[in-house]
Amino acid sequence: MDLSQSPSEQSFRAEVRAWIEKNLPEGWGTPAFKDPRTFEERVAFSKEWEAKLAKDGWVGIHWPKEYGGRGATYMEQIIFHEEMARARAPQLFINFVGTNLAGPTIMAHGSEEQKQRYLPPILSMEEVWCQGFSEPNAGSDLANVQTRAEDRGDHFVVNGQKIWTSFAHVADWCLLLCRTDTSVAKHKGLSYLLVDMKLPGIDPRPLKQITGDAEFNEVFFTDCVVPKEYLLGEMNMGWTYANTTLSHERGPAFLGHQIRFRNVLLDLFKAAQNTKRDGIPVSEHPVFRQKLAGAYAELEIMRYIGLRNITSILKHGRPGTEGSVAKLYWSHMVRRMQELALSVGGPAGALDGEDAMGRGQWQRGYLMSFAQTIAAGSSEIQKNIISERVLGMPRGETWAPREKR
Amino acid sequence: MDFDFSPEQYTLRDEARRFLEQQCPTSHVREFIDDPAGWSRDLWKQMADLGWMGLAFPESVGGLGQSFLDLVLLLGELGRAVAPVPFLSSVAQAGQVILRHGSGDQQARLLPGIASGERVATLAVAEGAGTYGDAGIETRADADGRLTGEKRYVLDAPAADLFVVAARGPAGVGWYVVEDGASVTTQRSYDITRPIGSLTLDGTPAERLAVPGLDPGLRIATAALTAEMVGTASKILDLSVSYAKEREQFGRPIGSFQAIKHKCAEMLTDLESSRSAAFYACWAVATDAEDVDLAVAVAKSYGSDALARLGGEGVQVHGGIAFTWEHDMHLYLKRIKTAEALFGDAAEHRERIAVLAGL
Ligand SMILES: Cc1cc2nc3c(=O)[nH]c(=O)nc-3n(C[C@H](O)[C@H](O)[C@H](O)COP(=O)(O)OP(=O)(O)OC[C@H]3O[C@@H](n4cnc5c(N)ncnc54)[C@H](O)[C@@H]3O)c2cc1C
Repeated sequence: MDLSQSPSEQSFRAEVRAWIEKNLPEGWGTPAFKDPRTFEERVAFSKEWEAKLAKDGWVGIHWPKEYGGRGATYMEQIIFHEEMARARAPQLFINFVGTNLAGPTIMAHGSEEQKQRYLPPILSMEEVWCQGFSEPNAGSDLANVQTRAEDRGDHFVVNGQKIWTSFAHVADWCLLLCRTDTSVAKHKGLSYLLVDMKLPGIDPRPLKQITGDAEFNEVFFTDCVVPKEYLLGEMNMGWTYANTTLSHERGPAFLGHQIRFRNVLLDLFKAAQNTKRDGIPVSEHPVFRQKLAGAYAELEIMRYIGLRNITSILKHGRPGTEGSVAKLYWSHMVRRMQELALSVGGPAGALDGEDAMGRGQWQRGYLMSFAQTIAAGSSEIQKNIISERVLGMPRGETWAPREKR
Repeated sequence: MDFDFSPEQYTLRDEARRFLEQQCPTSHVREFIDDPAGWSRDLWKQMADLGWMGLAFPESVGGLGQSFLDLVLLLGELGRAVAPVPFLSSVAQAGQVILRHGSGDQQARLLPGIASGERVATLAVAEGAGTYGDAGIETRADADGRLTGEKRYVLDAPAADLFVVAARGPAGVGWYVVEDGASVTTQRSYDITRPIGSLTLDGTPAERLAVPGLDPGLRIATAALTAEMVGTASKILDLSVSYAKEREQFGRPIGSFQAIKHKCAEMLTDLESSRSAAFYACWAVATDAEDVDLAVAVAKSYGSDALARLGGEGVQVHGGIAFTWEHDMHLYLKRIKTAEALFGDAAEHRERIAVLAGL
């Protein structure tokens, strides 16, 4: 066991830190700074910030040099996310799908021409991507995708509907998982298209989310003509490629996330110290004090789990069985923490917006925490994976439609 | 960055598991459960022959010169086997306290017996207050080092011939070694696999260990306990998963029911998160890391809750069979529930965290 840092890691950290210090948006983190609030404001803010990162080569640092990345080592990526989190710098938002999902998937399975075409504008922040996987009847059961792409020789005709597609309304391109063969087992008839969102026949309709913002969409495809050159890899190999994409949903940002959650909890501690119940600060109220300290313990453990996973990746090239366990752990940890945050306010938890404790940040944070236990493999799906693949327990689907029983 | 054990440490773990499976099956553990003061001298002797007692002591006192980290996986195996021997109390707790707090001379006198297994030592900390911090220590040491007070919940007290006692002297709290004259009352332990007792000190002669205060000894003792707890919990999960794969109801293994599968997945999550915390705490005490206070409090508070929860679910997965005396599950469950309460329960350690976190 050795948790020390190498000299080169230390100097990389210093480099990142110096860049952030110099480049954080003017007034960022001070009360004077006007936080972007609406989705439009956040998109505009994020495009500007991420373009700035891109200009100095801090976007897609994990990409190999030949594709314009920095070829950063795994440890360097971790350090980058840690430092960004420590400085409370804005998180990768608008370009997350492009750099983290589209880029690595295209690098792994795309043709040379596709790589030349798609990769540079992702890194330069000129093109925004969205992930068109989920459908009304294909959520956890993703292989049940029904959106059809009919092969018409030199092009496909796409018909169907996607849902929960984050950023589709502001995206230039879409990672589209669709059905090209209905005669085979469901995961064998899927293909993976890289689709220009400006094509006729694509209609993204923003869905107002639980927070009141509209970040994700329904996307309707009606006789949309998609040129053949947009096909990624081979026909009917989409399931394999989709798994490449999904495998990049989690990664070296784990410890960075931990630091961001820690910032949230420390803010909550301050709020608890400044809020009174029965004449004493909530932080000294025995019940809340225990709960706040418990949240702090759980957060520390997220870091230890991260250290074990990183070690496993460095040693064996994969996060071992710990990946699903880690996701299950931290997503529920965050939910508990956000629940606690609302209860710290007591009756004040009933207010929202400018009138609320923290100007509504706790109300919003609480709602946002559900995204983590639903998206990227819901908790129940994680438990299926853990019990079947890690613990080796039997699969148990015995249900059949009533008429067949 | 390497947050993992070495290949040698894993080899020792594997050897320990094989050895304990052969020499300490639960049939052996059960030989002692009717005697509240009982423990396995036989197993102890064999462990001494393997050199385990001396592992983490310096060569100068007859040890093998390894570090506390070399004990961590071994403690887990002993916890897995609910081995009825005072290894935790003597070697990983009292012995480590003497190593951390004793002068060179004191170490040279007291440790060889512990490192060879000839002597059994244990810590006596808690009293009527039921806590493990300085504030709960009322046992007094006079200017000559004579101790007066009542110690409770002393692990392996009936087996021990050397007590390392937390007491309040003229210069504050510290550790005192009592070799003779303490009166031990065996108590009925909830954990029937290892004895517990109370200690009456009445002007009992003692020697103060040179380094004042209860930390870092208390921290290392607590971290060692969490390492052992993780081992016991891992056995509960293994038993539950294999039972769920075999036991059939409604014409299918109960392990194919999602309610059972998801329970097991949650048990694994509780186990792995507690294990990460225990390993980190052990690493922190072994290296005197900056955040060692926090790390130990995190591991014990979280592990106490999560592993006790895991133990309960282990019984639930087994159904009626686990409700019997004959089934082994209660041995493991009682070990975990007892460990939950000792060396600071979850609430006590969370209060420590609150202070450390600036609340
Ligand atoms: C904020 C947010 C952003 C998203 N962004 C995108 C995006 O950009 N692109 C995209 O493609 N998708 C996106 N998603 C969709 C996300 O991937 C799906 O919501 C997720 O896969 C779950 O599918 P579902 O919503 O249809 O729920 P369902 O699959 O219908 O699940 C409903 C409930 O049933 C449970 N369940 C389902 N199957 C099982 C099973 N086998 N065993 C036990 N329980 C089960 C689930 O755990 C859940 O509790 C986003 C979702 C959210 C919340």
